Amino acid sequence: MYKSIIINGLWTNNSSFVQLLGLCPLLAVSNTVVNGVGLGIATILVLIITNTLISALRNYIPHEIRLPIFVLLIACSVSAVEFFIKAYYYDLYMVLGIFIPLIVTNCFVIGRAEAFAIKNTVGHSIVDAISIGIGFTIAIALLAGVREIIGQGTLFANADIMFGESAKFLTITVFENYRGFLLAILPPGAFLVLGLLIAGKNWLESRAKKSIKIIPIKLVENTL
Amino acid sequence: MDYLMLLIGTVLVNNIVLVKFLGLCSFMGVSQKIDSAIGLSFATTFVLTVAAAAAWIIEFGLLKPLEIEYLRIISFILVIAATVQFTEMVIRKISPTLYQVLGIFLPLITTNCAVLGVALLNIQENYSFIQSLLAGFGTALGFTVVMVMFAGMRERLSRSQVPALFSGMPIAFITAGLLALAFMGFAGLATH
Repeated sequence: MYKSIIINGLWTNNSSFVQLLGLCPLLAVSNTVVNGVGLGIATILVLIITNTLISALRNYIPHEIRLPIFVLLIACSVSAVEFFIKAYYYDLYMVLGIFIPLIVTNCFVIGRAEAFAIKNTVGHSIVDAISIGIGFTIAIALLAGVREIIGQGTLFANADIMFGESAKFLTITVFENYRGFLLAILPPGAFLVLGLLIAGKNWLESRAKKSIKIIPIKLVENTL
Repeated sequence: MDYLMLLIGTVLVNNIVLVKFLGLCSFMGVSQKIDSAIGLSFATTFVLTVAAAAAWIIEFGLLKPLEIEYLRIISFILVIAATVQFTEMVIRKISPTLYQVLGIFLPLITTNCAVLGVALLNIQENYSFIQSLLAGFGTALGFTVVMVMFAGMRERLSRSQVPALFSGMPIAFITAGLLALAFMGFAGLATH
Protein backbone atom coordinates (compact mmCIF):
# COMPACT_ATOMS: atom_id res chain seq x y z
CA MET A 1 0.00 0.00 0.00
CA TYR A 2 2.66 2.51 1.05
CA LYS A 3 4.87 1.59 -1.88
CA SER A 4 2.11 2.12 -4.40
CA ILE A 5 1.19 5.47 -2.81
CA ILE A 6 4.81 6.60 -3.11
CA ILE A 7 5.23 5.49 -6.73
CA ASN A 8 1.89 7.06 -7.56
CA GLY A 9 2.93 10.41 -6.09
CA LEU A 10 6.42 10.50 -7.54
CA TRP A 11 5.91 9.15 -11.04
CA THR A 12 2.65 7.67 -12.37
CA ASN A 13 0.44 10.48 -11.12
CA ASN A 14 3.06 13.18 -10.70
CA SER A 15 0.95 16.27 -10.14
CA SER A 16 3.14 18.52 -12.27
CA PHE A 17 4.05 16.35 -15.26
CA VAL A 18 1.04 14.04 -15.58
CA GLN A 19 -1.97 15.69 -14.01
CA LEU A 20 -0.75 19.20 -14.82
CA LEU A 21 -2.11 20.64 -11.61
CA GLY A 22 -0.47 23.44 -9.70
CA LEU A 23 1.07 24.92 -12.82
CA CYS A 24 1.18 28.52 -11.63
CA PRO A 25 3.80 28.07 -8.92
CA LEU A 26 5.64 25.49 -11.03
CA LEU A 27 6.21 27.94 -13.87
CA ALA A 28 6.47 31.14 -11.89
CA VAL A 29 8.92 30.17 -9.16
CA SER A 30 11.22 27.96 -11.23
CA ASN A 31 13.76 30.63 -12.20
CA THR A 32 16.34 29.30 -9.73
CA VAL A 33 16.60 25.93 -8.01
CA VAL A 34 16.72 27.45 -4.53
CA ASN A 35 13.45 29.36 -5.01
CA GLY A 36 11.77 26.27 -6.45
CA VAL A 37 12.89 23.98 -3.64
CA GLY A 38 11.87 26.63 -1.10
CA LEU A 39 8.34 26.73 -2.45
CA GLY A 40 8.34 22.94 -2.78
CA ILE A 41 9.12 22.56 0.93
CA ALA A 42 6.43 25.10 1.84
CA THR A 43 3.95 23.13 -0.28
CA ILE A 44 4.99 19.84 1.38
CA LEU A 45 4.38 21.38 4.81
CA VAL A 46 0.92 22.60 3.79
CA LEU A 47 0.05 19.24 2.21
CA ILE A 48 1.09 17.31 5.33
CA ILE A 49 -0.96 19.57 7.62
CA THR A 50 -4.09 19.56 5.44
CA ASN A 51 -4.02 15.84 4.62
CA THR A 52 -3.53 14.96 8.29
CA LEU A 53 -6.32 17.26 9.49
CA ILE A 54 -8.78 16.18 6.83
CA SER A 55 -8.20 12.45 7.20
CA ALA A 56 -8.39 12.76 11.00
CA LEU A 57 -11.69 14.62 10.71
CA ARG A 58 -13.04 12.60 7.79
CA ASN A 59 -15.83 11.01 9.81
CA TYR A 60 -17.04 14.37 11.13
CA ILE A 61 -17.05 16.38 7.89
CA PRO A 62 -20.55 16.49 6.37
CA HIS A 63 -20.35 15.40 2.76
CA GLU A 64 -22.40 18.30 1.32
CA ILE A 65 -20.23 21.10 2.68
CA ARG A 66 -16.87 19.35 2.48
CA LEU A 67 -15.36 21.69 -0.13
CA PRO A 68 -15.80 24.93 1.88
CA ILE A 69 -14.37 23.09 4.90
CA PHE A 70 -11.36 21.96 2.86
CA VAL A 71 -10.75 25.49 1.61
CA LEU A 72 -10.92 26.93 5.12
CA LEU A 73 -8.60 24.28 6.56
CA ILE A 74 -6.13 24.85 3.70
CA ALA A 75 -6.29 28.62 4.15
CA CYS A 76 -5.52 28.22 7.87
CA SER A 77 -2.55 25.89 7.23
CA VAL A 78 -1.18 28.19 4.54
CA SER A 79 -1.41 31.17 6.90
CA ALA A 80 0.49 29.21 9.54
CA VAL A 81 3.21 28.16 7.07
CA GLU A 82 3.45 31.73 5.77
CA PHE A 83 4.06 33.11 9.28
CA PHE A 84 6.66 30.41 9.90
CA ILE A 85 8.59 31.30 6.73
CA LYS A 86 8.24 35.03 7.43
CA ALA A 87 9.65 34.54 10.92
CA TYR A 88 12.59 32.25 10.17
CA TYR A 89 13.42 32.65 6.45
CA TYR A 90 12.66 36.29 5.71
CA ASP A 91 14.83 36.46 2.54
CA LEU A 92 13.03 33.46 1.08
CA TYR A 93 9.71 35.03 2.05
CA MET A 94 10.61 38.16 0.09
CA VAL A 95 11.66 36.15 -2.97
CA LEU A 96 8.58 33.91 -3.10
CA GLY A 97 6.22 36.85 -2.57
CA ILE A 98 2.56 36.16 -3.20
CA PHE A 99 3.24 32.57 -4.21
CA ILE A 100 3.17 31.48 -0.55
CA PRO A 101 -0.42 32.69 0.03
CA LEU A 102 -1.32 31.33 -3.40
CA ILE A 103 -0.67 27.76 -2.19
CA VAL A 104 -4.33 28.07 -1.06
CA THR A 105 -5.48 27.96 -4.67
CA ASN A 106 -2.98 25.30 -5.70
CA CYS A 107 -5.29 22.74 -7.29
CA PHE A 108 -3.48 19.64 -6.10
CA VAL A 109 -3.73 20.55 -2.40
CA ILE A 110 -7.52 20.49 -2.53
CA GLY A 111 -7.26 17.68 -5.07
CA ARG A 112 -5.44 15.40 -2.62
CA ALA A 113 -7.93 16.27 0.11
CA GLU A 114 -10.85 15.31 -2.12
CA ALA A 115 -9.26 12.32 -3.86
CA PHE A 116 -7.30 10.79 -1.02
CA ALA A 117 -7.39 12.20 2.52
CA ILE A 118 -11.18 12.14 2.89
CA LYS A 119 -11.23 8.38 2.20
CA ASN A 120 -8.05 7.08 3.86
CA THR A 121 -6.39 6.70 7.25
CA VAL A 122 -4.11 9.34 8.74
CA GLY A 123 -0.96 7.27 8.15
CA HIS A 124 -1.69 6.69 4.49
CA SER A 125 -2.66 10.34 4.02
CA ILE A 126 0.62 11.59 5.47
CA VAL A 127 2.61 9.28 3.17
CA ASP A 128 0.50 10.48 0.25
CA ALA A 129 1.10 14.13 1.19
CA ILE A 130 4.85 13.59 1.41
CA SER A 131 5.13 11.69 -1.88
CA ILE A 132 2.93 14.11 -3.83
CA GLY A 133 4.85 17.01 -2.28
CA ILE A 134 8.23 15.49 -3.13
CA GLY A 135 7.00 14.75 -6.65
CA PHE A 136 6.15 18.42 -7.03
CA THR A 137 9.47 19.52 -5.51
CA ILE A 138 11.45 17.27 -7.86
CA ALA A 139 9.51 18.59 -10.84
CA ILE A 140 10.04 22.23 -9.89
CA ALA A 141 13.73 21.61 -9.08
CA LEU A 142 14.24 19.89 -12.44
CA LEU A 143 12.55 22.68 -14.38
CA ALA A 144 14.41 25.30 -12.35
CA GLY A 145 17.71 23.47 -12.82
CA VAL A 146 17.40 23.50 -16.59
CA ARG A 147 16.32 27.14 -16.64
CA GLU A 148 19.06 28.22 -14.24
CA ILE A 149 21.87 26.44 -16.10
CA ILE A 150 20.78 27.74 -19.50
CA GLY A 151 19.83 31.17 -18.24
CA GLN A 152 22.61 32.03 -15.82
CA GLY A 153 25.14 29.22 -16.07
CA THR A 154 24.90 28.47 -12.35
CA LEU A 155 23.21 25.91 -10.12
CA PHE A 156 21.92 26.48 -6.57
CA ALA A 157 22.69 30.22 -6.73
CA ASN A 158 21.71 32.07 -3.51
CA ALA A 159 21.61 28.80 -1.55
CA ASP A 160 22.36 30.87 1.54
CA ILE A 161 18.90 32.47 1.68
CA MET A 162 17.41 29.11 2.55
CA PHE A 163 20.09 27.14 4.39
CA GLY A 164 22.13 29.97 5.94
CA GLU A 165 25.65 31.24 5.28
CA SER A 166 27.22 27.79 5.57
CA ALA A 167 25.43 26.64 2.41
CA LYS A 168 27.23 29.09 0.13
CA PHE A 169 29.55 26.31 -1.05
CA LEU A 170 26.55 24.63 -2.73
CA THR A 171 26.51 27.23 -5.49
CA ILE A 172 28.05 25.72 -8.59
CA THR A 173 29.16 27.78 -11.53
CA VAL A 174 28.60 25.48 -14.48
CA PHE A 175 29.92 27.76 -17.19
CA GLU A 176 32.66 30.28 -16.35
CA ASN A 177 32.19 33.76 -17.85
CA TYR A 178 28.78 32.77 -19.16
CA ARG A 179 26.89 35.77 -20.38
CA GLY A 180 23.49 34.24 -19.75
CA PHE A 181 20.67 33.37 -22.06
CA LEU A 182 17.85 35.61 -20.92
CA LEU A 183 15.07 33.67 -22.67
CA ALA A 184 15.32 30.78 -20.22
CA ILE A 185 14.86 33.07 -17.22
CA LEU A 186 12.04 35.10 -18.77
CA PRO A 187 8.45 33.74 -18.73
CA PRO A 188 8.51 32.15 -22.25
CA GLY A 189 11.43 29.97 -21.20
CA ALA A 190 9.34 28.37 -18.46
CA PHE A 191 6.66 27.27 -20.94
CA LEU A 192 9.18 26.02 -23.50
CA VAL A 193 11.30 24.06 -21.00
CA LEU A 194 8.24 22.48 -19.37
CA GLY A 195 6.93 21.42 -22.79
CA LEU A 196 10.26 19.80 -23.59
CA LEU A 197 10.42 18.10 -20.17
CA ILE A 198 6.97 16.54 -20.59
CA ALA A 199 7.96 15.37 -24.07
CA GLY A 200 11.08 13.88 -22.45
CA LYS A 201 8.96 12.01 -19.91
CA ASN A 202 6.80 10.68 -22.76
CA TRP A 203 9.96 9.53 -24.51
CA LEU A 204 11.25 7.73 -21.39
CA GLU A 205 7.92 5.98 -20.97
CA SER A 206 7.61 4.95 -24.60
CA ARG A 207 11.14 3.60 -24.49
CA ALA A 208 10.39 1.68 -21.31
CA LYS A 209 7.52 -0.01 -23.10
CA LYS A 210 10.08 -1.17 -25.69
CA SER A 211 7.69 -0.32 -28.44
CA ILE A 212 7.08 3.18 -29.61
CA LYS A 213 3.37 3.64 -29.57
CA ILE A 214 2.28 5.23 -32.80
CA ILE A 215 -0.46 7.66 -32.03
CA PRO A 216 -2.85 7.63 -34.95
CA ILE A 217 -3.31 10.96 -36.62
CA LYS A 218 -6.80 12.12 -36.04
CA LEU A 219 -8.60 12.68 -39.29
CA VAL A 220 -11.13 15.39 -39.05
CA GLU A 221 -13.87 15.22 -41.58
CA ASN A 222 -14.43 18.90 -42.05
CA THR A 223 -10.85 19.91 -42.78
CA LEU A 224 -10.28 21.70 -46.03
CA MET B 1 -3.93 59.11 -18.18
CA ASP B 2 -2.59 57.17 -15.23
CA TYR B 3 -5.69 55.02 -15.30
CA LEU B 4 -5.24 54.32 -19.02
CA MET B 5 -1.62 53.32 -18.38
CA LEU B 6 -2.73 51.03 -15.58
CA LEU B 7 -5.24 49.40 -17.91
CA ILE B 8 -2.72 48.90 -20.74
CA GLY B 9 -0.19 47.67 -18.20
CA THR B 10 -2.47 45.00 -16.77
CA VAL B 11 -3.93 43.87 -20.10
CA LEU B 12 -0.79 43.66 -22.24
CA VAL B 13 2.49 44.39 -20.47
CA ASN B 14 2.02 42.44 -17.26
CA ASN B 15 -0.41 39.95 -18.71
CA ILE B 16 -1.72 37.83 -15.86
CA VAL B 17 -1.27 34.49 -17.63
CA LEU B 18 1.79 34.87 -19.82
CA VAL B 19 3.92 37.17 -17.68
CA LYS B 20 2.71 36.72 -14.11
CA PHE B 21 1.86 33.00 -14.44
CA LEU B 22 -1.47 33.16 -12.64
CA GLY B 23 -4.64 31.38 -13.71
CA LEU B 24 -2.70 28.77 -15.65
CA CYS B 25 -4.89 25.86 -14.57
CA SER B 26 -7.91 27.20 -16.41
CA PHE B 27 -5.69 28.54 -19.21
CA MET B 28 -4.42 25.04 -19.92
CA GLY B 29 -7.52 23.14 -18.85
CA VAL B 30 -10.38 24.98 -20.57
CA SER B 31 -8.73 26.13 -23.81
CA GLN B 32 -9.55 23.23 -26.10
CA LYS B 33 -12.57 24.97 -27.56
CA ILE B 34 -13.17 28.64 -28.26
CA ASP B 35 -16.78 28.55 -27.01
CA SER B 36 -15.92 27.30 -23.55
CA ALA B 37 -12.87 29.59 -23.41
CA ILE B 38 -15.11 32.60 -24.04
CA GLY B 39 -17.66 31.39 -21.47
CA LEU B 40 -15.05 30.93 -18.77
CA SER B 41 -13.41 34.25 -19.60
CA PHE B 42 -16.64 36.20 -19.18
CA ALA B 43 -17.44 34.53 -15.88
CA THR B 44 -13.89 35.18 -14.68
CA THR B 45 -14.04 38.82 -15.77
CA PHE B 46 -17.09 39.42 -13.63
CA VAL B 47 -15.81 37.56 -10.57
CA LEU B 48 -12.31 39.05 -10.79
CA THR B 49 -13.56 42.63 -10.93
CA VAL B 50 -16.06 42.20 -8.10
CA ALA B 51 -13.60 40.22 -5.97
CA ALA B 52 -10.85 42.84 -6.43
CA ALA B 53 -13.23 45.55 -5.22
CA ALA B 54 -14.59 43.43 -2.36
CA ALA B 55 -11.10 42.45 -1.19
CA TRP B 56 -10.10 46.14 -1.10
CA ILE B 57 -13.12 46.95 1.04
CA ILE B 58 -12.37 44.05 3.40
CA GLU B 59 -8.70 45.05 3.68
CA PHE B 60 -9.21 48.75 4.40
CA GLY B 61 -12.61 48.54 6.08
CA LEU B 62 -12.06 45.57 8.33
CA LEU B 63 -8.58 44.08 8.49
CA LYS B 64 -6.52 47.31 8.75
CA PRO B 65 -8.73 49.15 11.31
CA LEU B 66 -8.99 46.10 13.55
CA GLU B 67 -5.30 45.18 12.99
CA ILE B 68 -6.13 41.61 12.08
CA GLU B 69 -4.15 41.46 8.83
CA TYR B 70 -3.05 37.93 9.66
CA LEU B 71 -6.56 36.80 8.68
CA ARG B 72 -6.05 38.18 5.15
CA ILE B 73 -5.73 34.86 3.30
CA ILE B 74 -8.72 33.31 5.04
CA SER B 75 -10.98 36.34 4.63
CA PHE B 76 -10.02 36.86 0.97
CA ILE B 77 -10.73 33.26 0.02
CA LEU B 78 -14.08 33.52 1.79
CA VAL B 79 -14.89 36.73 -0.09
CA ILE B 80 -14.01 35.07 -3.40
CA ALA B 81 -16.09 31.99 -2.65
CA ALA B 82 -19.02 34.22 -1.65
CA THR B 83 -18.63 36.32 -4.81
CA VAL B 84 -18.69 33.21 -6.96
CA GLN B 85 -21.76 31.92 -5.18
CA PHE B 86 -23.45 35.32 -5.49
CA THR B 87 -22.62 35.55 -9.20
CA GLU B 88 -24.09 32.11 -9.71
CA MET B 89 -27.34 33.07 -7.99
CA VAL B 90 -27.66 36.38 -9.86
CA ILE B 91 -27.01 34.82 -13.25
CA ARG B 92 -29.47 32.03 -12.57
CA LYS B 93 -32.14 34.58 -11.62
CA ILE B 94 -31.52 37.06 -14.44
CA SER B 95 -30.73 34.86 -17.39
CA PRO B 96 -31.22 31.10 -17.31
CA THR B 97 -29.70 30.80 -20.79
CA LEU B 98 -26.49 32.49 -19.68
CA TYR B 99 -26.52 30.26 -16.63
CA GLN B 100 -26.66 27.22 -18.89
CA VAL B 101 -23.54 28.43 -20.69
CA LEU B 102 -21.52 29.67 -17.72
CA GLY B 103 -22.88 27.44 -14.96
CA ILE B 104 -20.29 24.71 -15.10
CA PHE B 105 -17.39 27.16 -15.08
CA LEU B 106 -18.42 29.13 -12.03
CA PRO B 107 -17.23 26.69 -9.34
CA LEU B 108 -13.86 26.46 -11.13
CA ILE B 109 -13.21 30.15 -10.58
CA THR B 110 -12.88 29.84 -6.79
CA THR B 111 -9.66 27.92 -7.30
CA ASN B 112 -8.41 30.19 -10.08
CA CYS B 113 -5.30 31.65 -8.53
CA ALA B 114 -5.60 34.79 -10.68
CA VAL B 115 -8.54 35.96 -8.57
CA LEU B 116 -6.79 35.60 -5.21
CA GLY B 117 -3.52 36.75 -6.80
CA VAL B 118 -4.95 40.05 -8.06
CA ALA B 119 -6.62 40.73 -4.71
CA LEU B 120 -3.30 40.21 -2.94
CA LEU B 121 -1.26 42.14 -5.52
CA ASN B 122 -3.59 45.16 -5.26
CA ILE B 123 -2.96 45.28 -1.52
CA GLN B 124 0.79 44.87 -2.06
CA GLU B 125 0.86 47.73 -4.58
CA ASN B 126 -1.16 49.95 -2.22
CA TYR B 127 -3.72 50.76 -4.89
CA SER B 128 -6.68 53.04 -4.24
CA PHE B 129 -10.21 51.68 -4.63
CA ILE B 130 -10.54 52.91 -8.24
CA GLN B 131 -7.10 51.57 -9.12
CA SER B 132 -7.94 48.17 -7.59
CA LEU B 133 -11.16 48.03 -9.55
CA LEU B 134 -9.37 48.94 -12.79
CA ALA B 135 -6.51 46.53 -12.12
CA GLY B 136 -9.06 43.78 -11.55
CA PHE B 137 -10.91 44.59 -14.74
CA GLY B 138 -7.74 45.02 -16.81
CA THR B 139 -6.33 41.74 -15.55
CA ALA B 140 -9.54 39.96 -16.45
CA LEU B 141 -9.50 41.56 -19.90
CA GLY B 142 -5.92 40.38 -20.39
CA PHE B 143 -6.98 36.90 -19.30
CA THR B 144 -9.83 36.94 -21.83
CA VAL B 145 -7.62 38.10 -24.72
CA VAL B 146 -4.98 35.45 -24.12
CA MET B 147 -7.50 32.72 -23.40
CA VAL B 148 -9.42 33.25 -26.64
CA MET B 149 -6.22 33.55 -28.72
CA PHE B 150 -4.79 30.39 -27.21
CA ALA B 151 -8.04 28.45 -27.64
CA GLY B 152 -8.06 29.41 -31.32
CA MET B 153 -4.50 28.16 -31.73
CA ARG B 154 -5.28 24.90 -29.97
CA GLU B 155 -8.31 24.30 -32.19
CA ARG B 156 -6.02 24.58 -35.20
CA LEU B 157 -3.36 22.52 -33.48
CA SER B 158 -5.73 19.63 -32.83
CA ARG B 159 -6.13 19.20 -36.57
CA SER B 160 -2.47 19.24 -37.49
CA GLN B 161 0.12 16.51 -37.44
CA VAL B 162 2.36 16.74 -34.40
CA PRO B 163 5.26 14.37 -33.57
CA ALA B 164 3.89 11.64 -31.30
CA LEU B 165 6.08 12.62 -28.35
CA PHE B 166 4.84 16.19 -28.44
CA SER B 167 1.17 15.54 -29.08
CA GLY B 168 -1.17 16.79 -26.40
CA MET B 169 0.26 18.90 -23.61
CA PRO B 170 3.91 19.37 -24.68
CA ILE B 171 2.98 21.13 -27.91
CA ALA B 172 0.42 23.22 -26.01
CA PHE B 173 3.15 24.41 -23.65
CA ILE B 174 5.49 25.23 -26.51
CA THR B 175 2.70 27.18 -28.24
CA ALA B 176 2.08 29.05 -24.99
CA GLY B 177 5.81 29.75 -24.79
CA LEU B 178 5.81 31.31 -28.26
CA LEU B 179 2.72 33.34 -27.36
CA ALA B 180 4.50 34.55 -24.21
CA LEU B 181 7.52 35.46 -26.34
CA ALA B 182 5.26 37.57 -28.54
CA PHE B 183 3.82 39.29 -25.47
CA MET B 184 7.34 40.20 -24.34
CA GLY B 185 7.21 42.68 -27.19
CA PHE B 186 4.75 44.79 -25.20
CA ALA B 187 7.32 45.39 -22.45
CA GLY B 188 7.96 49.11 -22.13
CA LEU B 189 4.60 50.07 -23.61
CA ALA B 190 3.40 51.25 -20.21
CA THR B 191 5.47 51.98 -17.15
CA HIS B 192 3.26 50.12 -14.70
